[in-house]
Parts: sequence; C-alpha cells; structure tokens
Amino acid sequence: MPSGVPVPPVDIEAEGLTKQFGDTPIFSGVSFRLERGGAVALVGANGVGKSTLLRCIMGVIPLTEGRVALLGQDTGGLSAMAQRRLRARVGFVAQKHNLVPRLSVLSNVIHGLLGQRGGVRHWSQAMAPAASRQAALEALEAVGLAHLAQRRADRLSGGQSQRVAIARAIVAQPEVLFADEPCASLDPAAGEDVMDLFMRLARERTVTVVFTSHNIDHALRYGDRVLGLAGGALRLDATAGSLAPADLRGLYD
Amino acid sequence: MTDRLSGPALPARFERPPVLAFIGYVLGLALIAWCLAGAGFSLDKVMSSPPRFADFLSRAFPPNLSPDVLARLGWKMVETLQIAVAGAVLGVIVSLPVAMLAARGLIAGPAVNQAVRITLSFIRAVPDIAWALVFVVAVGLGPFAGMLAILVDTLGFCGRFFADDMEAADKGPAEALSATGARRIDIAACATIPAALPAFVSTSLFALEKAVRSSTILGLVGAGGIGIELKVGFDLFDYPTALTVILMIAVVVIAIEHLSGLARTRIIGEQR
Repeated sequence: MPSGVPVPPVDIEAEGLTKQFGDTPIFSGVSFRLERGGAVALVGANGVGKSTLLRCIMGVIPLTEGRVALLGQDTGGLSAMAQRRLRARVGFVAQKHNLVPRLSVLSNVIHGLLGQRGGVRHWSQAMAPAASRQAALEALEAVGLAHLAQRRADRLSGGQSQRVAIARAIVAQPEVLFADEPCASLDPAAGEDVMDLFMRLARERTVTVVFTSHNIDHALRYGDRVLGLAGGALRLDATAGSLAPADLRGLYD
Repeated sequence: MTDRLSGPALPARFERPPVLAFIGYVLGLALIAWCLAGAGFSLDKVMSSPPRFADFLSRAFPPNLSPDVLARLGWKMVETLQIAVAGAVLGVIVSLPVAMLAARGLIAGPAVNQAVRITLSFIRAVPDIAWALVFVVAVGLGPFAGMLAILVDTLGFCGRFFADDMEAADKGPAEALSATGARRIDIAACATIPAALPAFVSTSLFALEKAVRSSTILGLVGAGGIGIELKVGFDLFDYPTALTVILMIAVVVIAIEHLSGLARTRIIGEQR
C-alpha cells in the first residue's frame, strides 16, 4: 500500500457471523468490512433475519458463531461496563420510534445522552445540565423540530416521532448509526422524508451507517453498499452503483 | 353429487364428555360437598336464622343517630381514614424500590428477583389483621400499629403488582435506551417507570381501597380506627350503635371506591 494515502479506519468488521435460535438457523457465514463514513443497506425478504443480523452486529443479541469488531473492539466477551462504553459511541433508530410517551420531546432527546452522561440529572429535561439541554435542542433543530421541544411525545405524528427518534440517536454524536427499517411504519411520503433526513445527517457527520430495508429503492439510493440476505446466507455484496433494481428482486423470491 | 343428497351433518347439541373429564366433574362436586360439610353447613340453621337475624335487626333498629354518638363515631371514622391513607401512601412509596428489585430483567438479577418475590408472597399470605396483632405487640395499642399493618399489607400488594406492571410495560423505549449504553437504573427511571405509570396509579388506587376496607376492622385487635366501636357495640349488646358503625363503614367504603374509580378514569383516561 503506497504510503501517504490516508486509509479510512474500518468501523465494522464482521467475520463468519452465524446465528441460531435453538435449532433454527437464521443465517451463517456472513462476513463484511465497513469503512468510516460508509453506508450499508441490509436487504432481504421479511423474516430472513435482517433485524437479527443488525442486532448481532450491534452486540445486543449474542452470536452463535463468528466475531464482530465494532469501532475496533470485539463485541464478544466485553464486560458490562465496556459494552456500555461501546454502545455510547453508536446510535440506533428502530422501526418503531420507541419514544417515552408521557415525557416531553426534549426529555426524550436528552435520554440519548444517558450512555455518555448517566445519572439522575439526565432523567428529565427539567433537571438536565444546560449543555445537555442545548445539545438536545440542536439535535432537534437538525431534524427540524426544535419548535416542538416542549410537546409531549405521544402528541406527535408518526413522521415527527421518527424524526425525534433520529434526534435522540444523533444527540450523543455517535460514530456509527444503526437503523432497523426506520421508515417501515410510515406512509411512503413521510418515510421518504425520514430516510432522506437520516442519511443527510449521517453524511454531514461522516458517520458510518448500517440500515435494514425491504425497500429496494432506498437500499440503492442511500446505501453505498448493499448486502442481500436470503436463505440464511449473504447472497449479495456489491456497491450500490453497480446494481439495478432487478438484481435485488431475486432476493425476494 | 352424493354429497348434496346427504348434506353436511349437524353437530350434536351436547358433546359426550371424555371419561377422565367426567371423573373430574364428579370429584369436583365431591370436593365442594366435603367443604360444605367441613364448614358445618346446616339447612336447619339456614332455616332458623332469618328469625334470629330479624331479632337482631329489631333490636338494632333504628340505628343510634344521636348527635354525640355520631360525632364520636365520625371522629373515629376520620382516624380510620387517616390510618388508611397514611399506611397506603407510605406503602406505595416503599413498594416502588422493592418492586424494582422484584421485576425480572429490570435492575436486579434472577436470584434477587426470586428472593424479593418470595418475601412479598409471604407478606401477602399473612392477613392484615395478623400484621395488626404483631404491630400491637411491637409498638403498642393504637392507630400507629394499624398504620404499620396497612403499610406492610400495601407493600405486599403493590410490590408484587408494580413489578408485574413494569414487566408488562412496553419494552421498546427500554431497548432504545439500552442501545445507547444507558445504565439499567437510568433505563428503569427513564423508560420503564414512565411506561408503567398509568398502571401504577391504578394499582395504587386499588391499594387505597383495600387499605380503607382493612382499616375499618383493625380496631377489633386494638390497632386503632372505628373497628373498636364495632367490637364494643357487640360486646355491650349496644346493637343500635353497632348498626350505625356498620352503615358508616359501608357508606365510606362505597364512597372511596367510587372516588377512586373516578380518579382512575380521570388520570389514566387522560394520559391513555
């Protein structure tokens, strides 16, 4: 390798990932590497194990076999403390926004800081330090919802809720963002907006992204790379630019 | 085409029970009969009781509504409610941390969960009146013993049901926070408890109703409240006063149940 050329750090390195629930195999032998700032789309039919694979990469679900290095750390065998420290450097947006309904939007976003700054003061916006409140407001501004900071989270529309969930995921300035079907529960227009916003924020911050989607269009548009899961194995690993929608349709047969 | 002619068969109106089920029914009936025998069930007494009951009513009626008796009983009733509210509120407060230890997967490991749950079962298994007897021995006669009995009784009830409420709460927000590396105590405070809050309110109001019902009889063992008036009334054959006490308890308990029902719909109805 010629010296002088900066080599982007590898944020995610997955080797031979295998997962079984009991005797039921979900996937086996999944390997890939992902460099800083890249975006990977995990695609595949319903129930093929996209979400499970995502959670295994995050280290939330233990793997049956294989290893994942996330931000240079092996996720297997970490102490509870080390695991929390690692998770504090990643953000996660789920299919359901999973906001706490009775709390304000601002409190919900401040909760995104709990991994880095735990403790009573971050339980509610009313007690939070000024810097945390400011960071949360800036995250809300980034998703265009600063004006709703005081609104209760259960009084938001689906698209707004998901944008607040994105604000909560980015408020702690994560190095890696995971998203599990972030717009699957939204109508197509709102889903488009959310996906657009999510990827724009990730790109602006040079954050590495892994997202699952059943939407071929999203996978090709927002992913640099597309990983296709079918029949319990990786059937596709290609740059998005080299793929046409037809190439992906085979995964859904 | 033969199907058409015969047509689908109508199911029988009654199914013949399997032999084992039949034996089960017979054993069940035998068990009930055995229990009735054990309880000294006697048709003779049932037949002869209405006249005696009528005799009690005739001696108790009209209830004693003289102003000085009403004032005395009224103050006793106020003390009863004070015991109930103080005991229930303290019990609810103590229950929250205990329930957090009892809830599986919240902040404590399975061994702690199990130990706390067994302790709570024990507390519930001991009747409130027995707790009152214990506390009368421990802190002496009077309302404080009653309040402690209600506190412990509420802990047994709310500790268990708060834990169940938290286990049943929506796991989504908790997952979202755990994915950011939040500590278990932060996740409990920020996601699980807010999600379980409406259920907590409902459980606490049930605990208050239960406390009011319990507090009216704790006086029977000298633990304060209006129960003592009931006992004295019967002991002295002062049935009119005893009837007043019974009616007063009924009115207050029904009123509290009604108010608590209203509070429940208002608080939870609004917050969903």
